[in-house]
Order: sequence, then C-alpha cells, then structure tokens
Amino acid sequence: MIEALKLSKVFPATKKTKEVRAVNAISFYCQPGEIYGLLGANGAGKTTTLRMLATILEPTSGTAKVAGYDIVDQPEKVRANVGFLSTATALYGRLTAKELVEYFGRLHGMDGEALHKSVDGLFAALDMNSFRDRRCEKLSTGMKQKVSIARTLVHDPQVMVFDEPTVGLDVMAARAIAQFIRECRERGKTVIFSTHVMSEATKLCDRIGIIHGGNILEEGTLEELRARHGKQDLEDIFVEAVGEES
Amino acid sequence: MSLRNIGVVYRKELVDSLRDRRTVISMFVIPILLFPALSVGLGLLGATMMNQAKAEIPRVMIIGGQDSPRIVEALKKNDKIQIVPETADFETQITDRKIRAAVVLPPGFDAAANRAEAGKVLVDYYEGDIKSELTEKTVRDILRDYRLDLAKSLLTAKGVSTGLLQPFDLDENNVAPPEKVGGSGFGGMIPYFVIILAFTGAMYPAMDLTAGEKERGTMETILTSPVSRTDLVLGKFFMVVTASLATAVLALSSMGISFMLAKNTIDRLLSKNDPSFHFSLDPRGVLAVFVMILPLSVLFSASMLAVSLFAKSYREAQTYISPMTFVVILPAIIALLPGVELNTRTALVPILSTTLVGKELMAGNHPWGFIALIFASSCVYASIAIGAAVTLFNRESVLFRS
Repeated sequence: MIEALKLSKVFPATKKTKEVRAVNAISFYCQPGEIYGLLGANGAGKTTTLRMLATILEPTSGTAKVAGYDIVDQPEKVRANVGFLSTATALYGRLTAKELVEYFGRLHGMDGEALHKSVDGLFAALDMNSFRDRRCEKLSTGMKQKVSIARTLVHDPQVMVFDEPTVGLDVMAARAIAQFIRECRERGKTVIFSTHVMSEATKLCDRIGIIHGGNILEEGTLEELRARHGKQDLEDIFVEAVGEES
Repeated sequence: MSLRNIGVVYRKELVDSLRDRRTVISMFVIPILLFPALSVGLGLLGATMMNQAKAEIPRVMIIGGQDSPRIVEALKKNDKIQIVPETADFETQITDRKIRAAVVLPPGFDAAANRAEAGKVLVDYYEGDIKSELTEKTVRDILRDYRLDLAKSLLTAKGVSTGLLQPFDLDENNVAPPEKVGGSGFGGMIPYFVIILAFTGAMYPAMDLTAGEKERGTMETILTSPVSRTDLVLGKFFMVVTASLATAVLALSSMGISFMLAKNTIDRLLSKNDPSFHFSLDPRGVLAVFVMILPLSVLFSASMLAVSLFAKSYREAQTYISPMTFVVILPAIIALLPGVELNTRTALVPILSTTLVGKELMAGNHPWGFIALIFASSCVYASIAIGAAVTLFNRESVLFRS
C-alpha cells in the first residue's frame, strides 16, 4: 500500500540556480495488486516523487505511508519493505552477481539459510545460474538487468518502485521488465512506476497519474481518462491535460 | 547504529577494494616495493659516495711559499693530501674541480711566523662541493697541528714550558647507546615516512568509496537499502582506515626487512670511516610510533572521506585531495627542521606533533605528558573529522549534488 499525502519537495536556491519546486503537494494512493503509473515528461517530478517514496530524499512537506510506515518518521522501516529499481541504480562492477545479491540480502538483515534460500530461488527463477560467479562489470545489459531485479527482490518487498525502468533498454529487455512488473502485481505487490512512454503506460497501468510541473493534473484508469477527455489515444489525452495547464 | 550492518558494509568494501587495481597498487605495490627500494637505494648510494669522497687523496695547491720551505715541506710530507704545482688560475681550478683546495701563504711566512707576525693563511675551497669541503677540513687540521708544533718549538727556544699551551686535556665520550644514535638520524625519518604512507594509503579508497560510487551510479542503489546512512559511512570509514594502516604496516615491515638485508653492506661502508657507527633501530620505538599514528590515520581517513564525498566524480575528488597532500607533507617537513621542538604549542598541531613525538620515541625518550596530550588532541581532531563525514553523508544536498 502506498498513500501520498500532500507530498512536496522544494530544492533550495543555489548560487547558480533558483529555488525549484519539483513536487507540489501531490496526493495519490496505490493498493496491493495494483500498478500505478506516473506519466510525465522529463522534469515533471517523477523521479523526485519516487525517490521520496523510497526515502532516498526527504520531503520538504507532506508525507506518505508506504507498506504501513511513514516515510518521514520510519524511513528505515520503509526501505526494508520497498524494492527500488531505476536505470540510475547501477551495480557494483567488482562484485560477482551472487555476491551482489547476497550483499543486499545482508543489508536487509538476512543471514544464513534464509539468505541462501532466497538467493538460490531468485537465481533459478530468473535463469541466472550461468553467470552467478561472473563479475557484474563483465555482464551484458540483459544480465545486469536480471541482477538488478534479483537485487530488488531479495528481501521479498511488499512495495515495488520502478523509476523509468526501461530507459535505454532494447525491445527484448524492455519487454522482460514489463513482464516482471506484471508478475509483481500478480504476486499481490503494490507497484508504482514512472515513464514517459505512452504505450508502456497503456499496456501496464491499472491507474495513471499525469504529472506535470510537480502537480498531478489527471488521475484515473485508462477508461476513465478516455471517457473524461473523449479521446482514445493516451498521447492525445496527455497533451490535452498538460496543454490545458500550460 | 548497528555493528552488524557496519560489519556487512565493511566486509563488502574490503572485497570490492581488494579487487580494485588502483587501491591494490597504492596499498601493496608502492609500500612493499617502492619505498624500501628508494630508501635503501638512496642509503647505499649515499654511503658509497661518501666513501669515494673520503678515499680520494685530494689535490691541493700552495700559493706563495717560495720563501717559506718549512711550511711547504710540512704540507708536502702529509700523505692525506697531494700537493700540485702552483698556477695563477687556482680559483678557477677549484671551481672546475681540478683541484679541491688551495693554501694561500702570505709572503715571507716562515720568517714572520718565527716572530709570531705571519698574518693570515687562507684556505680556498668550494662550499657545497662535499669533496672540497672535506679537503678544506683536512688542510685546516694539518695547519692547526703545524701551528701548535711551531708554537711549542718557539716556547721551548725561549725556555717556557709548553704545558702552558694546553692547561687541560679534552676528550669526548658518547653515552647514547647505538640504537638511540640511529633514532636521531635515520630513525627520525621513520615517523615521517609512516605519516605520508598512512595518508597515501587512505587516499584511493576514500575517493573510490564516495565520489567513485556517485560516478558509477551505485550510490543511489546503496541508499535504497534499509541500512542507516551512518552505518554505511562508518563501514566505509573502517575500510579506509584499514587501507591506511595496512599501507603503513607493510611499508615499515618491508623497509625493515630490506634494511636487515642491506645492513651488513651499509654498516661496512659507513663504519670504515667511523668505527663507532652502528646501524640499528629500536623495535619498541617503531611500535610506539605506530600507536601514535593510529589517531592520525583515523583523521586522514575521515577527512578524506568527507572531502571526496562532496565531489561528484573521481576526477573532482582528486582535485580536492591533491592539495591536501601538501597540507600533510608540510608539517611533517617542518618537524624535521632543526630547532623545531616539542612544546605545548607544537603538541596541539596535528601531524607536526606526531612527527615530533615520533622523533623522540625513536630516540628512546618517552615524554609521557606530551604523548598523552598529542594522543588526546589527535583523537579529538579525528572525532571531529568522523563527525563531519557522518553529517555530510546524511545530507541529501551532498549526496545528490549535481
């Protein structure tokens, strides 16, 4: 379960830049077994929102409840129940695939038999045993992606946060990620992901929030959005929603 | 704070760093190979040069003296120098190192000396040229002996006791045991070496574990783990301290072993000239120096972590860390200057104080008050640096600086 309540993030002014209100008091929710998509252009506030949910950044005001814990008051509890995956979350090149996944298992407080069982299970399920002892820097993009997925799943989190997970991936790799996101939903996890690709949002999301300039302008299932705007194509709906505002 | 989590992070960083070529080179290759090679090599080279300089019979010219056969004969008779025929360009010849020194005698020296009115005898030499300097010393000793003998014979001729020339005898007696003599000379350099190594050893891991992580994009990954940021930075910090101390320990042991192997050669070379010379070090002094280095190593590790944490990339971190090298080398060099001594003021200056007390420890002195003061003040500085590193690591404006 994710529940954002007037979540805001303001980056203070520096010598070179002005104050930036990246996220402006947004509220939304996402239930277990549901995929919520944050759809927005670059700089709309998607990454900042997701980083706040994963407690990598602290909100300036407002808060959110993730897996039953408050992101401001109990950030470590939140992180223990969240799997966070983005193209920015790289792997440690000098560790092997197995060492890397085990390391993150240990960081999640796992040890001994439980850790081995989880790691072995993931390596079998993701078909990673052929490269388990190879260093991450020597892996192909597809293999690295699998290691990243195993890394986010090692502690079996209830909530999954994906920040533009398919950026820079080829068709096959992007399909694999999409499949993985669906599987998370089927296993009853709460899934939130951000994208600027309309087709991805159309295919995957149960509900969509159109975010622009730090505000959620539109929200609903694809059908609700279509009915509200009288348009079929999500891109047209997006342009109308964003255009009305700007 | 959780010790278990710090340990998990530490073990991973250790494995990770040991697989990094740059860290391995700075942690193992440089201290094990380069430093002993440099120090033993320089020592051997220096000793060999010194021997050569002393083995040479220097060429000396006498200017004037045609009317003074007595002193010329006394100089010629001495087999420590070799007298060459007089030429007008003797100063140029000294500069060109064709001769090492020249003795300029005033006219009518022998006769005037008998009346104690001979004026000044000049010894020309070239300062900075060690062979010329040694020759000047030899010539001066010969002339001094000659002057004393002459004075004695003049007094005897006048019927005065020569004992008046030497109302008392003078001799010297060294009470310092050999290892403490070593402490003031070469041993005084050891704390300096260890400090520099403790710094360079911490340098690469400190940059790699912070700015390097940002550059490779693993910083965001690690921040998604439930481990607190304080635990993360402390795990990293212990790794950097390990590298710092390992570098220093390895360099010291490797230098020690090389010196033991080279000891006989160096001893033989040096004691030829100075039979009282013994090359040795006090192992307890070395150990004590090491204990004093501990807080300094912590200070280096934490401050370099804090500084490079601020950087966005490895390259940027290097531009911040490079000037820090001078900050470390400078106080260490100041401590080697003569006259800079341990007092309550210098004891509070980090790095400088450790070099100074290290010198004392190597010489076998244990100024306990200062030792306590320096250890305590270094610990205070070190904790401030750790505090800064932890604070910075908890600030998202530093972690996500762009």
